[in-house]
Amino acid sequence: MSDRITQSLKNGRGFIPFVTAGDPDDASSLEICKLLAERGASVIELGVPFSDPMADGVVIQRSSQRALENGVNLTRVLSLASKLRASSDVPVVLFSYLNPILRFGIEELCAEAKRSGIDGVLIVDAVDSEARELSEMFAKHDISLISLVAPTTSDERLEKICRNARGFIYAVSTAGVTGARGSISNDAERLVARVRKFTDLPIAVGFGISTHEQIEAVWKFADAAVVGSAIVAEIEASLETQDAVSRVEALIDHLLPLQMATHTHKVEGSQL
Amino acid sequence: MNFEPDNKGYWGEFGGRFVPETLVAPLDELNDAFLASRDDPEFHAELATLLRHYSGRPTPLYFAKRLGEELGGAQIFLKREDLNHTGAHKINNCLGQILLARRMGKTRIVAETGAGQHGVATATVCALFGLKCVVYMGSEDIRRQELNVFRMQLLGAEVRAVDTGSRTLKDAINDALRDWVTNIVDTYYLLGSALGPHPYPLMVREFQSVIGREARKQIVEHTGKLPDQLVACVGGGSNAIGLFHPFLNDEGVRMTGVEAGGRGIGLGEHAARFAKGASVGVLQGTRSYVLQDDDGNIAATHSVSAGLDYASVGPEHSYLRDAGRIEYASVSDSEALEAFQMLSRTEGIIPALESAHAIAYAAKIAPKMSQDQIMIVNVSGRGDKDVDSVRQLINGGGR
Ligand SMILES: Cc1ncc(COP(=O)(O)O)c(C=O)c1O
Repeated sequence: MSDRITQSLKNGRGFIPFVTAGDPDDASSLEICKLLAERGASVIELGVPFSDPMADGVVIQRSSQRALENGVNLTRVLSLASKLRASSDVPVVLFSYLNPILRFGIEELCAEAKRSGIDGVLIVDAVDSEARELSEMFAKHDISLISLVAPTTSDERLEKICRNARGFIYAVSTAGVTGARGSISNDAERLVARVRKFTDLPIAVGFGISTHEQIEAVWKFADAAVVGSAIVAEIEASLETQDAVSRVEALIDHLLPLQMATHTHKVEGSQL
Repeated sequence: MNFEPDNKGYWGEFGGRFVPETLVAPLDELNDAFLASRDDPEFHAELATLLRHYSGRPTPLYFAKRLGEELGGAQIFLKREDLNHTGAHKINNCLGQILLARRMGKTRIVAETGAGQHGVATATVCALFGLKCVVYMGSEDIRRQELNVFRMQLLGAEVRAVDTGSRTLKDAINDALRDWVTNIVDTYYLLGSALGPHPYPLMVREFQSVIGREARKQIVEHTGKLPDQLVACVGGGSNAIGLFHPFLNDEGVRMTGVEAGGRGIGLGEHAARFAKGASVGVLQGTRSYVLQDDDGNIAATHSVSAGLDYASVGPEHSYLRDAGRIEYASVSDSEALEAFQMLSRTEGIIPALESAHAIAYAAKIAPKMSQDQIMIVNVSGRGDKDVDSVRQLINGGGR
C-alpha cells in the first residue's frame, strides 16, 4: 500500500472531484484544482478532452468541447498537472479515452506523466488484456492504471480486474453515462459489496453524485465519492460571469462543509 | 490465407473491443447469442425465409450492357442491392440482427444512421416485429436526407437529432452507444455497418455476405467463370465486405473498395481513411484506420454522400488492405455526381450517392480492361433518397 493514491483514500470519507483540464481556460482550471486540493480532495481526476467522449453525458461532453476549442491537448494537460504539483501534493489521476493516449505514445506518456507528478491514469475504453498491458507499462513508471467496474461486471471479471488493480477501484454507480442523477441506485452498494470480496484497495463510487447527501450516503458503504458533472456544470454556468473559481468554491461549501474533510492537502503559495 | 478474426475479434492488430466496462457484459451476451445462432439451422431457415419473402432476395445480378458500351472495356455486372425491400443492402443485416434481438428477449431497439438507409431498414424490421425503435441521426444528415427521416417516422420509429461534433454518422453512433449503455436491460443496439466493438464487425459481415454468396453463384451461371474485378463503396464497409468476403480465397479476383474523396485532399475535406497519411487509432470500440489530428481527436469528414461520411472504417478492411488482398481508391464528390447521372441515363437505374462512388470508380477502370474481362459493381442502394439533394447540387452548382 505504498501507492500515494491508495494512501490518500485508505481512511475513508474520500472526495474525488473531476474537472476537464483547461475548461474554461488553463489558468482558471489550475486555480480550481488548487482550490479542490485545499478543500479536501483526496485525489483529483483531471479529464483529458477528447472529440468523441462516448461514456460521457452532455455536461462533460460540452466541457470537453470547450477545452478542445481552447486548444487543450495532452501536453497542456500535463503542464497543468505539473503546475498543480508545484504547489500541492494531492494525488492526480488522468481521466482519458484511449485514442489521445495512443497518439501521444504510451512510453512518452509514462515518462512525461511521471515528470508532471501524475499518480494514476484511468482509461475509459480500455478493458481486458488491453487494460492489463497498459497497466504493466504504467506500473514500470510507478503510475497506477485505475480500473473501472460496473454493476454489469460479473464476479468472475471482478476477480480478474481486482487481481491486477492498483490505486483504487472506481465503481460506476449505475449503467449509464456520466451526469448528475436524482438518486444513487442500490446497484452501487451491491456492487461495492461484491468488489470488497476481491480486494483491499479503496473503492470509490462515481457517476451521478452531485449533492452532500449523496456523498454521505456513499461514504456509508464505500471509501470515496467521485463528483464530476456537478462541478463541471458550475464551470459551465460561470462562462458569462467568469467566476468559475468562486462558483466551484460555493459548490464545495455545500458538498463538503469544511469540518468534514478528513485531509486537506496543503497548497503552498496559494492565493485562495 | 486466413481471413477470420481471433476469438477476441482481432484481424491482426485491427478490431477488438474498446468499450467502457459497463458494455462488456452486454457485448458478451450478444456474442454468445450470435455464436449460438451461427450453428442453429432454425435461425438460418428463419432468416432465409425473411430474406426471400420479405426483402425479395436473391437480388439480380444484372448485365449492364449499355453502361459497358458507353465506357468500352470490361463487361460490367451490377449486383442489384438497390432492389431489396427498403432500397439498400442494409436490410440484410437488420433482418439478421432483429432475429437475434428477439432471441435475446430485447424489446427496444436503438440504431444510428447516416444516409438514413440503415435507420429506415431498422425502423422497418422493428415495425415487422412490433418492437420499439429509436434512431439517432446527426442534424446535418437530417437536413441532407429529409425524406428518410419522414420514412422512419411513418414506420413508427422515433428519430432523435444529434447536435454534437460534426452532426453526422460518427456523432449518431456516440449517442446510440450512450443510449445503449444506459438501457442495457431491455435495449438492443442494432449497429448498421461492419464497425464497432467485437462481435459487430464479424456479425454484420456474416449477415451481409449473402451479397457475395449470391453474386458468386450468379456470375458463374451467367458467364461460366469468376469475375476479374469487384467494386463496392466503403463507408463503414458492410456492403463491400458483404460482396468481397465470399471471393477472398479466389486468387484471380481483384477487389477494390471505394472511399469518399469528397472535395479535396486536406483533413476534413474527405472521408478517405486509407488515403496518404493514413493512421491507426481507436474509435467507437474498434482499432482501425482513423482520420485524426495530431492530438488523437477524430477529424471532421466531408462527403456529398452521408453514408460514406465517417472517420473510421471497419477493422476487417484495414486488415485486408494491409495484407494486400483488397485495394482501396477514392473518387470525388463531383465524380460521384457524374456517375449518378450516367447510370441513370444509360441503364435507367438511379443509384444511391454512396453506390455512385463505386460506379464512378468502375467507369475509370473499365476502359483499361479488356472486353473478355468481367467486373461486378455493387449497387448498394437506390437513389430516391438523394434525388432532391442532387437536383440542388446540379442546379445550384454545389454548396
Ligand atoms: C446505399 C448505401 N450504400 C453504402 C453505404 C455505406 O455503408 P457500408 O460501407 O457499411 O456499406 C450506405 C450507408 O448508409 C448506404 O446507405
